[in-house]
Amino acid sequence: MRYAMAVDTRKCVGCSDCVVACQTENNVPIGFCRDWVVEVMDGTYPQLEMEIRSERCNHCVNAPCVRCCPTGASHFADGGIVLVERNKCIGCGACIASCPYDARYPHPSGYVDKCTFCIHRIKSGLKPACAAVCPTKCIYFGDLDDPNSDISVVLKKRKSKTLIPEAGTKPQLYFLI
Amino acid sequence: MANRRQFIKLSFMGAGVLAVSSGAYGAIKLLSSPEEVKKLKVDLIRTPTYCEVCFWKCAGWVYKTSDGKIWKIVGNDEDQHCNGRFCPRGTGGVGMYYDEDRLKTPMIRVKERGKQVFREASWDEALDLVAGKMKEISSKYGAESLALYTHGSGSTYFTNLFKAFGSSNIAEPSYAQCRGPRDEAFLATFGEEVYSPEITDIRDTKCLVLIGSHIGENMHNGQIQEMSDAIDKGVTIITVDPRFSTAAGKSRFWLPIKPSTDIALLLAWMHEIIYNDYYDKKYVEKYCSGFDKLKEHVRDFTPEWAYGITTIKPDLIRKTAKEMADASPAVIVHPGRHVTWYGDDTQRIRAIAILNALLGSWGRRGGFYRPAKYDVPSAKIPKYPDPKKTWMDAFPGKFPIASSPVSNAIIDASIPENKPGFLIRGWFINGTNLISSIPDQANTLKAIQNLDLIVSVDTMPMEITGWADVILPECTYLERYDMLRVSPHRKPAIALRMPAAEPKNNTRSGYNIARGLAVKLGLEAFFPFEKQEELLDWQLKQTGSSLEEMVRIGVKTFGREADDLYFSENENVTFSTDSGKIELYSKSFEQAGFDPLPKYVAHEEPSDGYYRLIYGRAPMHTFGRTSNNPNLTDLMHENTVWVNPKVSKVWGLLAGQYIWLKNQDGVISNFKIKVRITERIRWDSVYMVHGFGHSQKQMKRCFGKGASDTQMITKVMTDPLMGGTGMRGNFVTFVTNKSEQEVVS
Ligand code: SF4
Ligand code: SF4
Ligand code: SF4
Repeated sequence: MRYAMAVDTRKCVGCSDCVVACQTENNVPIGFCRDWVVEVMDGTYPQLEMEIRSERCNHCVNAPCVRCCPTGASHFADGGIVLVERNKCIGCGACIASCPYDARYPHPSGYVDKCTFCIHRIKSGLKPACAAVCPTKCIYFGDLDDPNSDISVVLKKRKSKTLIPEAGTKPQLYFLI
Repeated sequence: MANRRQFIKLSFMGAGVLAVSSGAYGAIKLLSSPEEVKKLKVDLIRTPTYCEVCFWKCAGWVYKTSDGKIWKIVGNDEDQHCNGRFCPRGTGGVGMYYDEDRLKTPMIRVKERGKQVFREASWDEALDLVAGKMKEISSKYGAESLALYTHGSGSTYFTNLFKAFGSSNIAEPSYAQCRGPRDEAFLATFGEEVYSPEITDIRDTKCLVLIGSHIGENMHNGQIQEMSDAIDKGVTIITVDPRFSTAAGKSRFWLPIKPSTDIALLLAWMHEIIYNDYYDKKYVEKYCSGFDKLKEHVRDFTPEWAYGITTIKPDLIRKTAKEMADASPAVIVHPGRHVTWYGDDTQRIRAIAILNALLGSWGRRGGFYRPAKYDVPSAKIPKYPDPKKTWMDAFPGKFPIASSPVSNAIIDASIPENKPGFLIRGWFINGTNLISSIPDQANTLKAIQNLDLIVSVDTMPMEITGWADVILPECTYLERYDMLRVSPHRKPAIALRMPAAEPKNNTRSGYNIARGLAVKLGLEAFFPFEKQEELLDWQLKQTGSSLEEMVRIGVKTFGREADDLYFSENENVTFSTDSGKIELYSKSFEQAGFDPLPKYVAHEEPSDGYYRLIYGRAPMHTFGRTSNNPNLTDLMHENTVWVNPKVSKVWGLLAGQYIWLKNQDGVISNFKIKVRITERIRWDSVYMVHGFGHSQKQMKRCFGKGASDTQMITKVMTDPLMGGTGMRGNFVTFVTNKSEQEVVS
């Protein structure tokens, strides 16, 4: 099993519904977020191009945050999901510094928090909260090892990219272009 | 090109400066392990609702934790308005309930109006005072001297109360400040309006034309969902906007039009479509009247003619006209929603309606579908008394085609020096913040000084509540029943809203407030059910359902009686216009003394150093109503003023710098606003999101954050047909030096 996510930049409108749905679902304290939206503009008026992306932890196959964690709190769970075990986390912040994507934040309760792919939801057969709420249905999620999963199908059909591939982290968050 | 690249995180990590969460959240257990979630899930309770954060009214479920705390709101999968997915505002609707700045108990003004010195009162005392004043004004000057401004679900109850009381001066700013011109233009052309949710068949369209409509920034949920589906199916989107909107970014064609010249473009498109024989001949012959006059009218409106006005190249006008024709009839020239721009708005939307008729899209798959609505029986109440005067008697002959009361006309009728036919003496305001929803604030404040009574029903201490004599605090939609939602859609359906929690503090539902007043006014017979749930259950039982069933399912969708979503081949359709046809040439406009065919008229342009003020929406906020919502403020807590790099260079403005805006009448914004330097806006305009710059200190989170566009809109271009307040004729310049302005702290 290999969980992955793809965001269709042709459909994403940057509404941030994925952000607020994650915040309420996971009780992320006001002022923090596990996912966020990026808008990239190119060109001069009126020759313009814009890409909008909903970003979060890439659940990297080769995750520097897991490697650098001194306590083993950051670890790989089923399907390659990168998780932080709160009880083990001492809040040292090594992982925050090592993540090229700025995907982690220090939770006010003293541990480091990040996207979990809503593991509690996928275990009961639901989609991650962001994918379930997105009004443009531009977030695809599933198991890459299953050739018939939404994610496998859409990645086969469409061109995609990952962010900062040169960092060698093997990100599992894809962007359809 | 790297230096031209902008990189903006719209929602920053560690967003917002509010590090401390509101108390109520602390009580919810943090979900740390799946086991805990499992345990929690078992005890989860969900109740149905439909969202009140905007007018789309998506049906959903409110989830609570085992200790009864409201946790999250998600869409109902069975609902046509949302298909199981709420928009960011709906998802963040929980913040409305938890907002600690909410109005908590009835208040009565004790010092002069506007000083905001109030004392707390019991409901009984507050309602007695309001009822007493209403009776006094009515017996001295007549019931019609009282006006109701209303918005949202509570409108039903207060409208009922006012009609029972004998006043029909019931205005919704959503008419004259928003979609009124659209309704009138489509009524005049097709004999039918486009409803809410709009009957645009976007999911099956092949070509979607947006004239300044920024779907994706306005989160009209069903439309954005269908636009996304259409993108998957390869739709051609044509966006006409001086700003590179999000929709423009998704478009095959973006026409960066010079603001205020849309009618010229629409006329040129008509010219192309008619003179190249692109139009749907069979459809036009069968259903339309006035084609020859229209053809003659647009003879000279060539793409070259329009180029000189709109700055859109003739080639692009031709190409896009052809695209529409190729997609016809599966094409939508979108009617828009907030369309009060330049005072000739009814005529602009008429041009849009005519274009749709030429393309044969009305009543066709991928164009506009025929809606169906479920009829719920209403409770038996006595006949309303005939109002002695209506708002139209205040200024006879004005706005002859207005089919709803014009809010700004009612304001004008409250000012004695305007010499209205009769003077309005009291305002009852429900759920609308007149200070920020109606332009020309000075005029509104002048009217306020003359009134004998101002009552405000709201959930939040808005600017307008500060001017009230009596404040009646309403609970949020999460704490109350409301009427069944019966909005028309592809299939008839009903949706239930029920309380997920008890009303917080000393607040009450709109139904209870209105009924409480009715009792005090001796109008109880107009509210035969003491409890709203009894009324709902009675209504539902008439339809073969029950409250108990609806609590379980939330939404009930029925089949259509006939398979008539679209016109069938050769169907004989009679339109509800005078001629029974689609009126390309409007006889009713002609009779009322207006242009029967739309004309382009040039509008005033900004003088040197001034820029046209364009405003719009952000996906995470609804007007100014959500600006203090803790969840949504976290996503966006202030607006910015968008400035083209060419302009910022001239002014030496820096990205992120705070400045003040000053308009053509010398009005300087109360608050400073951050500069966003972006290629996304034309050099002759600036853009800002509406609904910020609140001056009400009791809304602690949003007070003074960003600037208010409404404050800058002092020049109103009134639509002579129906009274709409055109708001895009204002020009602003930049004030960088604080000393030039009185700083409000
Ligand atoms: S909810 Fe969907 S459309 Fe909105 S920002 Fe997130 S990914 Fe994009
Ligand atoms: S994105 Fe960052 S936090 Fe997520 S797995 Fe990769 S390195 Fe770790
Ligand atoms: S569109 Fe959004 S705010 Fe409006 S009713 Fe639906 S969920 Fe609520």
